[in-house]
Amino acid sequence: MGMTHIVDRRLNGKNKSAVNRERFLRRYRHHIKKAVSDAVHRRSITDIERGENVSIPTRDIDEPVFHHGQGGHREMVHPGNQDFVAGDRIPKPEGGSGQGQGQGKASPDGEGMDEFAFQITQDEFLNFLFDDLELPNLVRKQLKDTESFNYVRSGYSTQGVPAKLDVIRSLRGAHARRLGLGGARRKKIRELEAQLADLKSAPADLDAAFSHDDQIRVLEDEIARLKANVKRIPFIDEIDLRYRQHLKQHKPATSAVMFCLMDVSGSMTQMHKDTAKRFFILLYLFLKKNYKKIDVVFIRHHTSAKEVDEEEFFYSRETGGTIVSSALKLMHKIIDSRYSPAEWNIYAAQASDGDNWNDDSPICGKLLTERILPLVQYFAYVEITPQDHQMLWYEYERVQEQFPGSFAQQQIADPSEIYPVFRRLFERKAA
Amino acid sequence: MSDAIDRPNVQGSENPDTRSPVSTGSEWTFELIRQYDEEIAKCAAEFGLDTYPNQVEVISAEQMMDAYSSVGMPVGYNHWSFGKQFLSTSKGYQRGQMGLAYEIVINSNPCIAYLMEENTLPMQALVIAHACYGHNSFFKGNYLFRTWTDASAIIDYLVFARNYVSDCEERYGVDAVEQILDSCHALMNHGVDRYKRPAPISAAKEALRQEEREEYLQRRVNDLWRTIPKMDEDEDPIKRKKRYPEEPQENLLYFIEKNAPLLETWQREIIRIVRKLAQYFYPQRQTQVMNEGWATFWHYTLLHRMYEKGLVTDGFMLEFLQSHTAVVYQPPFNSPWYSGINPYTLGFSIFTDLRRICEDPTDEDREWFPDIAGTDWIKTLHFAMANFKDESFIQQFLSPKVMRDMKLFAIQDDDMEDSYKVTAIHDEPGYRELREKLARQYNLSYREPNIQVWNVDLRGDRSLTLRHVPVDRVPLGEDTEEVLRHAHRLWGFDVHLESVDEGTVVEEYHCPHPPPLKP
Repeated sequence: MGMTHIVDRRLNGKNKSAVNRERFLRRYRHHIKKAVSDAVHRRSITDIERGENVSIPTRDIDEPVFHHGQGGHREMVHPGNQDFVAGDRIPKPEGGSGQGQGQGKASPDGEGMDEFAFQITQDEFLNFLFDDLELPNLVRKQLKDTESFNYVRSGYSTQGVPAKLDVIRSLRGAHARRLGLGGARRKKIRELEAQLADLKSAPADLDAAFSHDDQIRVLEDEIARLKANVKRIPFIDEIDLRYRQHLKQHKPATSAVMFCLMDVSGSMTQMHKDTAKRFFILLYLFLKKNYKKIDVVFIRHHTSAKEVDEEEFFYSRETGGTIVSSALKLMHKIIDSRYSPAEWNIYAAQASDGDNWNDDSPICGKLLTERILPLVQYFAYVEITPQDHQMLWYEYERVQEQFPGSFAQQQIADPSEIYPVFRRLFERKAA
Repeated sequence: MSDAIDRPNVQGSENPDTRSPVSTGSEWTFELIRQYDEEIAKCAAEFGLDTYPNQVEVISAEQMMDAYSSVGMPVGYNHWSFGKQFLSTSKGYQRGQMGLAYEIVINSNPCIAYLMEENTLPMQALVIAHACYGHNSFFKGNYLFRTWTDASAIIDYLVFARNYVSDCEERYGVDAVEQILDSCHALMNHGVDRYKRPAPISAAKEALRQEEREEYLQRRVNDLWRTIPKMDEDEDPIKRKKRYPEEPQENLLYFIEKNAPLLETWQREIIRIVRKLAQYFYPQRQTQVMNEGWATFWHYTLLHRMYEKGLVTDGFMLEFLQSHTAVVYQPPFNSPWYSGINPYTLGFSIFTDLRRICEDPTDEDREWFPDIAGTDWIKTLHFAMANFKDESFIQQFLSPKVMRDMKLFAIQDDDMEDSYKVTAIHDEPGYRELREKLARQYNLSYREPNIQVWNVDLRGDRSLTLRHVPVDRVPLGEDTEEVLRHAHRLWGFDVHLESVDEGTVVEEYHCPHPPPLKP
């Protein structure tokens, strides 16, 4: 026979279904967006390193075809009869519908058949979260340099402090130099010595006129001169010295602290907070790519500020006026007591609807420029409002002029603007 | 399960002590697969199995999921429904809820069979026997496949279809193409010719035909849609009454492709692609019991033959039999695992019993199968495989013994009665009735509603009327309105559907508007 052809296809792509999967997600993006929105409420902002389970009502994704409905007269043959005989009658169950086609619609795992459940990946989750905006550029951007460095070896140099002298390298160099400088002369000496030996061993000529003595003396003088020359080559010279060289290398900072500051006064609605939450998530995600360990500090404020946990931060309600500086003061205090700028990279994101007591805004500006900004890597302010700016915004504009590298502010009116705004905020002017 | 599958092979003349197995371990290699295939092919030749050449492709589990979700098409156009299929397959697989099918086999020439790399060697051998010799010989031998599908052209055609659809996506947008495909899929089961043999498909011819059609359409004014009616015809009441089409047409997609007034050329082409695929799969839908039964019978028979020849070990056989038993397990009607009759069990039991009837007939067999009892079993089985579809196969070959072994019984469910009735069981008075009922259950036109194109209102609103003829008063299901919306999208004008039972309209569906009341 031998008609069979055996092919190894395992190395062919395995993602033949990727396009179809993408089509499916595209078609049901409204369902998925809703699931993602719900997930944002449910999840902590530090919990975004995974995908999400999405369920869609089965009837929404059904592919309809003409089929038989209930009713009428039908007969079905089944296996495994135990004690039925022809003519037996079996009462129908209450609300009895027909036996259908015998295709039980029970799900094997007891999961409801009314839901079509599947998983989306983290990337897809983020895409839906930020309204289909792609996140490819969200990679390690050079942020402000940190204080800590590593020294790494990077070859040898001819200059350095004695502590870094590399003895073996230096001696090896000296040896080579000695060989280089003395080699030709030593060879010459060996030749002359051989001639000398020849002359000395030759039978002495009786005729003094042909005596070798003169030649021997000339050779001996020359050999002595050469030997003295060779001896003058120094055993080690300054140019032989080699020092180990080290380069100062930026040490990847391993820990960062992220301050989330949010106005929770009466004017901030849940919608504002949800938008803010997405912004904080994005910042967290961004830091996550740069730092191994991230602390998150939540500071909420109305007229006074308080450090709270995440749940309280996003979901408890407050009323009353707004004094932004209270939060800034608290943040400064927390940095002082817990997050030394020498060990921590400090980031802050502040979200508000722009309300503040007018008297307070200059205080905020002062606090930022004098006390906070010198300590932090970056401070981003987002104003979530479709309306005109108020005092705080203009005050912050002045801050931005003074600290263009570490302070930025933007306005967001709608969740879909978060990502572009984020990008603008974190755009680095040439480092 | 039953004694029906107890070793049919007792003819072994070889001495089992002189075993020299092909292999003893359970790890497969390409060399071993080749050796097994060679030996299985020799056994298959002994039994006269006639096959297309085989192409065995070893793939990973992920690739198997891909293959799965494109309904076994090795190349397919893109559509969200395949993505949905993929998501549910991979979910089931990852949870360990569902083992993947051991194999997928494609009715093509050469016949492509996929082997999963995760399988053990005995499983690979089972799959080769099952797919490459069982299904393959069925594809090549069964009359439906011979009549309706063209194994040598299908791969080219699929490539053509994929490229065409993706070209359309580029030109007209993914959404526009998706809409047409959705609507075509909704009518796919009613997009086949059940009786008329279609012309063989060829990708090259398709492309040529497309050009011709495009050109032709440019020049052509469709007489059907002339807006000014001819006066003299209007005056003739008989001609006015004439329906179009004159005879009801069963192939809805074909009718729409040829007659829908507003479709653009590319849309007609996509309809054509979907109905060609429907036609390609149509024989498979009609021969599931036979096809699986035949393949299962042969993996069982071929591997036993290998055992008799001393080519496989006892351990191999144990593993193989364990899988085999799982495949042919039929849960009883009252089991939580029951979901209808297992086609593998039914088909395997019938073929196995057919062999027994040939080789070792009883008086009952001689009475029921006078033409078969005692004949050459290989010839008889090949005859049964080649000339029937599920419905007629069951009608012809389901023996009383299989009915007894499976303990079959028929239940009647009538919405006018408040209890179910057992109408026949596996006993002397019940055999024939039971067999008839089971056969009918596999008749596609009984499983799917009979819906045909009835009329197009040529002179009025151009609406399309479909007619459903209920069987045993069984009404249409709840998707009907939704499917009608799809029909309407393709047709472009109002679509009506009426269920007509013995001359009376019992139910009507309309999309989007009910027709004006007739005076």
